Order: sequence, then structure tokens, then C-alpha cells
Amino acid sequence: MNHRPQPIIGQSLTRLEDPPLVRGKGRFAADVNFPHQLHMRVVRSPVAHGRLRGVNVEAALQLKGVVAVWTAQDVADLSPIDYREGRIEKLEPYRQPVLARDFVRYVGEPVAVVFAVDAYVAEDGADLVELDIETLQPITDAEQAVGEFAPGLSTEAAIVTQGFGDVEGAFASAHAVVSLDLQVGRHSGVPLETRGAIGRYDAARDVLELHGAAKVPHKNRESLARMLGRTTTTLHLYEYHVGGGFGIRGEIYPEDILVLVAALRLERPVKWIEDRREHMMCANQSRHQRHYVSAAVDREGRLLAIKNEFFHDQGAYPRTHALRIAETTCGILPGPYHVGAYSALGHYRLTNKTPCATYRAPGRYETNFVRERLLDAIAHKLGISRVDVRRVNLIKKEEMPYERPLSVLEDDVSYDSGDYEGLLDKSLQAIGWDELQASLKERRANGEIVGAGLALFIEKSGLGPTDGAHVNVDTNGVVEVITGGASVGQGFETVIGQVCADILGADYRKVRVVHGQTDRIEFGIGAHASRATVMTANAVAAAAAKVRAKALDMASELLQTPAADLEIEKGVIFRRDAPSGPTITLGAVANALRPMAKTRGPREPGLCSDGWFDSEHQVYPYGNQLAVVKIDPRSGAVTVERYLIAYDVGRAINPMLVRGQILGGFAQGLGGALYEEFLYDDNGEPLSVTFADYLMPTMAEVPPVEVLLCEDAPSPRNPLGIKGAGESGIAPVGAAIASAVEDALQSYGVVRQLPLTPQRIKAILDGFKS
Amino acid sequence: MKPAPFTLHRPSDVAEAAQLLTRFADDEVRILAGGQSLVPMMAFRLARPGHLIDINGLGELAQITQSDGAIEIGALVRHNDIASAEIEGATGALLKKVMPNIAHHPIRARGTICGSLAHADPSSEWCLSAATLDAVLLARSATGKREIAARDWFTGAMSTSLQADELLTGVRLPVLPEGTRFGFQEFSRRKGDFAICAALVVFEIHYGVIEEARIGIGGAEDHPRRIAEGEAVLKGQRPSAELFARAGAAVAAALDPMEDHSTKAAYRRDLACDLVEGALQEAAR
Repeated sequence: MNHRPQPIIGQSLTRLEDPPLVRGKGRFAADVNFPHQLHMRVVRSPVAHGRLRGVNVEAALQLKGVVAVWTAQDVADLSPIDYREGRIEKLEPYRQPVLARDFVRYVGEPVAVVFAVDAYVAEDGADLVELDIETLQPITDAEQAVGEFAPGLSTEAAIVTQGFGDVEGAFASAHAVVSLDLQVGRHSGVPLETRGAIGRYDAARDVLELHGAAKVPHKNRESLARMLGRTTTTLHLYEYHVGGGFGIRGEIYPEDILVLVAALRLERPVKWIEDRREHMMCANQSRHQRHYVSAAVDREGRLLAIKNEFFHDQGAYPRTHALRIAETTCGILPGPYHVGAYSALGHYRLTNKTPCATYRAPGRYETNFVRERLLDAIAHKLGISRVDVRRVNLIKKEEMPYERPLSVLEDDVSYDSGDYEGLLDKSLQAIGWDELQASLKERRANGEIVGAGLALFIEKSGLGPTDGAHVNVDTNGVVEVITGGASVGQGFETVIGQVCADILGADYRKVRVVHGQTDRIEFGIGAHASRATVMTANAVAAAAAKVRAKALDMASELLQTPAADLEIEKGVIFRRDAPSGPTITLGAVANALRPMAKTRGPREPGLCSDGWFDSEHQVYPYGNQLAVVKIDPRSGAVTVERYLIAYDVGRAINPMLVRGQILGGFAQGLGGALYEEFLYDDNGEPLSVTFADYLMPTMAEVPPVEVLLCEDAPSPRNPLGIKGAGESGIAPVGAAIASAVEDALQSYGVVRQLPLTPQRIKAILDGFKS
Repeated sequence: MKPAPFTLHRPSDVAEAAQLLTRFADDEVRILAGGQSLVPMMAFRLARPGHLIDINGLGELAQITQSDGAIEIGALVRHNDIASAEIEGATGALLKKVMPNIAHHPIRARGTICGSLAHADPSSEWCLSAATLDAVLLARSATGKREIAARDWFTGAMSTSLQADELLTGVRLPVLPEGTRFGFQEFSRRKGDFAICAALVVFEIHYGVIEEARIGIGGAEDHPRRIAEGEAVLKGQRPSAELFARAGAAVAAALDPMEDHSTKAAYRRDLACDLVEGALQEAAR
């Protein structure tokens, strides 16, 4: 009777990273302190657009405890903040300077910095810095006439286009055309932990350190080294616990560069912790787009062509992602449907608002809303059901891999696997769609404003191209996995630990996962765009497989048994056909492989190995979200009564964590659908700078969600079959809730703008009366 | 979000607190009780008191006392204290109904009723209650005591007739007779948010008709107040859905609602109409 080890991949194990967090022993950026450190406070522009005529720092310098005050002149030698992917010639002049020079372009833009002995004195000093700004007319609407960013430079920094096929021909011969004007509001990640950066220079080793890194430490190291003229071997980034990433945390902002330069020049560690008001004015915002979209369809509702022109309200500067969201918007809009011909034209416009960049599911939250609104409108126009119009357009399982001449993140679109219609059937059955329609109809007849909606979506994940990892077993049998990944709270250590333990045969609880430390591993892709599990876990699997092979080879000699007859489970090697026979632990094998151990023979020392994983293309998970809502006729407020999320993740390493990702994402998606919106007045003054004005859903607002997690379509593009999960919960929430709200209102083409605030819905209801 | 420098004082009795107020009256002196509004304002540096007088050591202000048909709530009584307090008559039940609508548990555990009255946020549930019940606010200065009727207390949004040298030591509420009906409804975007509009209604029914009607509206105008036009609709009438709808409409017509970037005046007016109607139906049940 051969013994087979229990699989560890696929188990909902409790998280490796939790013990310090639940005991209050975590370390976040604000917990990092160094002896003799200074505190930095940023003086920010109080106006949205102006000519910066002068900065008077004299009074601040007089304050006891203030060590230095810098303006643009003091950092004139610094390069503006680079794009993450390097030089983009056309956008070079639009990069944000570290401190504003000549012009200020949004409220909150850093103009000066004060360094002082404590955070209180630093803020007192910042109060004393006097700014002389000549106010200029701000641009507050991406659709208004373009202005001049700087002499000779338009505020339309770029136009992005993608498309294929004969769009005009399709429209000319269409059975029907449907057009919509749709808006997605400005909202963003707003993690519980604000940004933070601590710069420190170790002159003895000539190493410059940035503590409080997140998301992409290795990429940022390259950018920062380039900007500061250092080699990457003398610049290191350190990630600690991160209280939420969501895309906006861990990008390079002016403050990251300032603490590093100050640490070098002032020869003291420099700490900066963002406060919440600064966060709401200065950290990346996202989403804000307006789409003018049309579809040409045949009699059955088939999408002959989609034509989309959109305005992307980028805010004051392009920031590190440059055009990525606008380009993704073009490439991903068609989603899970056949589209005969397609054209997208995006106006990438700079306005005098906080700059935008990626927020969890960038380009998808927006386009899922646009595309699914369009399908609802087609269904209404042709008098067919909202389910049927989707069904007739869905890409079929047999067509996989399905290629489309578009690109997302500079990767040609190629859907790897999926049974979209199969998942649709499963989710309709799970929610009892037909019975639901009947009961809603009855409730509406009784005067209730209730409805159901659905949204189908494709996610994209696992953009490579390459990631590596190192696995090492010490003589106690503790396994260290060194990765260049990052943990933003998503359970990275757990997932990596499970994959390593499963492949190697180690004890899961004895795996330690290193991430976010650039001095431990030369390369790393970090954690963004739902790629950590796809890329890093597959690299770890490769490394773990090599370590396993080496362990079995050594053990085979020690146990006098052919390696093929050996098995490893929980760190113990034994004969598969005689589990109670002779055994040896991984720690003992590691001991036998020490450099001085005679047992090692000709083998290389150490029970360790590197492993690499290369991917050719992204992978494309997919799902459906179905909502049931009720509207209060008095206030226009929406209550979500029921919500179902069906998602095919290919293969779930830890189903509990996948559910966690889905539910957390849903809560944020609900925020963008109903509550959250960064508003500005006509002067560009931000109106949503506290949690009393920027409304994030709380426990009281987030309803229970049913999750239907499927593994029907593992990815053929990696050995573990993994697809990403990080953005699946949030991506179509605005789309699904809008669909349900419009069903509740029983009026079509009226739900056009997210978030669906009570006043916007009340205005629609009032419109019915008049 | 670090406050500007200030000097903290911890008086040992009310008389000393009043003396400190007089002494620093010209230097942006502020009282610290629960601190749930003041401390965040100081963190934003929107409030920059030179002197802060912490009254949390004054146990004499932490009492709820009842005598002669009135209830007196001291300046250190926290919102949550209402839940466990034994307060006579319908007043007790009314306060217990209103209280959970204030913000969130941690804020209710620390914030004080008198602090809310002194802060005078237009949306404050306690300001609405004080206005509707014609509370009397009790002020104390180094030179003496003063009683201020609720209708004279509010002078605008976050503005009261309390003088710089005066301490609000308590608030007096009438004990409503047993059998008094009341209803409270508010609308806020999320649970615990500031109400965009709130309605508190109180009446008695004698021989089948409404007497002693009070309708208070909060959140809509710059301070809460009773709306006589709505009360007049109810007086001497038999309760009915039609009557309540008319009262709501009368209230809405009498309001001059605030308008700001996020909320239109007309939206608040419509809400007031519906909330009054709903609160009256609730009271009549």
C-alpha cells in the first residue's frame, strides 16, 4: 500500500503571516524609527493652478527645532519623477517635479519641505512657510477646451487608440444602433495605512535605504537609482507590513525621493508619515472617465461593432503609470464577447486635480460598467432578455485560446481558457434567476422599487514576463523562500508557503517567506496587477522541485533506497511502500549537504536552489456578478439585498484567501458604485479630504455576498494552472449594481453615472413624476 | 495632523474652570470634554486654542439629576450614558431612541451631550432634541449663572450664544408625561454619518385628538428648530395618514434649507417632508 501525501495546494489553511498581526506585533511604516531621525513635513499648494512667484522660508528656519527647509531651488539637480517603465519621450515634459517649480498644478502639490526634530515642530514650521502664488484659471473638467500645461504643451498629453475591423461599415449596415453617454466617478484605494517613507544613509557601507516600501520594491529601486545617480547595489528598499496596497500604495511619489535625498544631505535618517488629509489630496486617485459609446447590432443582438470615444481625467500629472490605464481601457473593453469590429479613442487629459494612477482593476471597473450598460441597452432596444443578449455574444469554450488584435499592458490579448457560458448557467442557477424575476415583478406590483442585474467580465492577470525565487532548507528543516514578491496584506506568505510545502514536501508551518527586501534577492516583480501568485508561486514551485530532487538524491544514498521509491511529507523522507520504516528529515539531509560534510560527495553544498518561471502571455480569469437591489423612494438610497459573485480562478491555492480577495474587492467596488467620489469645486478645491466627505462603505453598508468559486478552466499557461484573484471582486461591481438599479427603476438608459448616489437616483425618480 | 501648540489646564472644580475661562477669554480658550469634535479640528489646525481647559476631572458634572418635572444632564454625561440612565417619563424613552443614531460606538462612549450642544452642528441629534423639547441650557461664568432657552441658544451653524468666559455646565429637559408619543427619523448616507435631514416629533393624544404637538427639524437649516407651521396642522386634529402628509408638506414649505456642494436645498426639503410624515406615523403607532 503506497502512501500518498496530503496535498497542501487547495487547502484553506490559516495564514502564515497572522501571528504577529493578531498579537499587535506588526510593523508598519510608522513603526519604523531610527536613532537621531528627523521628521519631514510637506508644504503643499493651497490652490489648484497658479504661478509660483516665491517661497519665503525665513520664519520657518527661525523656529527652534527646524533643521532645514527646502524649495525647488534646493532640489534643482533632481530629475522629475520617472515613469516606471522608463523613458517615454512624448511624456517627458509632463513629469512631476519633486517640488513644484514655476507652477503649481493641484491642491496638495508639494512646494517646500521642512525637516525638524519632531513631527509637531515640523508641522509648526510648515505653517510658517509663506507661498507667493498668482492664481490662474484651473481646468476642472477633462472635456472642457484644452489648455496649456506649459508653453507649447497641450493639456491633452496624449491620444490613445486601438481597434480593428470595418467599424463604419458595420454601423452602416446594422439592424440597430445603441448609443450611451456614461461616466465613472473619481475614486481610489484609500488604504487604512497611509503612505510612509523613511530614508537612511549608511555611510559606513555607502548604502542608501528606503524603509516603508510596498508593491514594487525592485522596480522602484531601479527607478530611484536612475533618478539619484546611484547603482542598484548601493540602494535598498525594505517592505514591512503593509496596511493595504490597492495599486496606489508603493508607487514613487515626491516624498519618497525627498526622504532619500535628505538622508544623504542632512546625514540623519528622515521619516515622513502621510496624514489622512494629505492622503486624500495627494495619493493617486483613479477611475474618472466619461465614455461616449455606441454599438451596432444585428437582429439577435450580436455585436457587429463597438465604437468608443472617452475622456480620461488624469489630474495634474501623468505619474508613474503614464498612459497605462487609458491603454488598458481601450484593450479590455470588449470583455468576454465577440465583437465584429472595434474602435477606441481616448483623450488623455490633464486637469488641475490630484493625479490619477492605478486602483485595483484599473481600466476594468470602468470598461465593465461601460460594456455591460451597453448590453443592457441593446437588450432593451431589441426586446430580448439581458441574459440572452449576453449569451448570443459570448466567446465559446471551443474557441480558446481566443486572440483579439488588441493589447493590454503591451501584451497581445489572448484569452487562455474558459467556459463563459457554463459559468453563466451556474450562476443563474445559483441565484435562481427565473424565480427571482417573478418575485421581483410581484414586489414591483406592490409598489416596491426593486430589481436585479448582472455583469459578465474577464479579468487579466499574471503579466510576466519572468520571476525567480530561491528556496533553502536549513539544518533544522526550516525552509526559507526568498522572493522578490511583495505582500500588501493579501496573504502572499501563505500562498507561497503552501506551494513550496506542497511541491517540496515540507511542513507548511516551517516555511518562512521573504518578500520586499531588495538586499535579499536581485530581481522581483512585487505585487501588482494580480500577478504575484501566477508568477512568483510558479517560480517557487520550480525552485522547490529542484530542492526536492536534491533532497531525494541525497536521501536515497543515506537510506540506501532508490530515489523513485521515496516520498516526502511534512519534512520527513520515507519509503513510499513502508511509511513506518526508516526515515530521514529534510533538516538531516541539509546537514548531510553542508560544505564540510563528507556525505555530500560531489554534490554542490546546501539543500537549496533557485527557480525561474517565464510566461508568454497574461492569463484571463473570468466571472459574473449578480445583484438584487431595493431603492428607497424617499431618499433615493440603494440597498443591496443580495449579491452573488461567480468566479473561475483556474486553480485556487487557498480558497479561503481567494474568497477574502473577492469579498474585500467587492466592498471597495460597492464604494465606487454607491458611495465614494472625490469631488472638486469650480476652483479645483478638493471637497473630499476627510472620511466624513469621502464615504467608504462600512460593516453596516456591505451586505453578505454569496461566492461561487470555480476551478473549471485552469490556465494552460503555467504548470500550476493558476489565474489571479486580486481584482476579481471589485472589477464589475459598478456594472452589476447599475444593471440592477436600472431594472428596479424599470426605465432604460437612465443609469449613466457612478457612483449612484441617493440624489442622482432621486433626480431620476423625480423625473418620472414631471 | 498634529495640533498647534497649546497650554492644557486641569481645574479641580467648576469655579476654577470658570476663572480660567475668564483669564484666557481673549486667547482662543476652549473647553475639553469628550473631544470628539474639538480634537479632530485641532488636528486639522482648524481650531487653534491657545489654552485648553480639561473638565474631565470635574465629577460633579457627570450627573443626571431629576426634580420638579425636569431632568438635568451635566456637562460630562457621555452619549452612551443615556442607555443605562433611569430617566423618567417619555423623555427617557425619547433620549434612548435618539442616542444610537449618533455617530459610532467609540464616539458615543467618549463624546458628551453638552459638548454636542456647544459644538452646535446643524445635524446634531442632541441639538434637534434640545430645540424640539425647548430645553434650557445652563451656563456658568466667574461672575454667575445664566439660563438660556434653546431657541435663543443657536445663533447659526456651529455658533451659539454662549460667551467666551462661560462654561456650559448642563442642560435641562422637561419630563414629558407618560403616554406622550414621539417619533424620530433621519437620513444619512451611511449609518452614523451626519444626518442630511432629521425629524423629531412629539405629541399627546387627548380624547382622540392631537395636543401639545412639537415638530423639530435638524440638518436642513443652519440650526435645528421647531416648525410652527407643521405643528399648527396637527393641533386638535385626529391622527391620519392624510393629516401627517399635510403636516410634512407644511414643514417642507416653511423650511429654508441649506445647499452645499453635495446636497441640494430641494433634496433636503423633500426629505424633511417624508421624514416628518414617517416620524408622525411612527409616533401614532
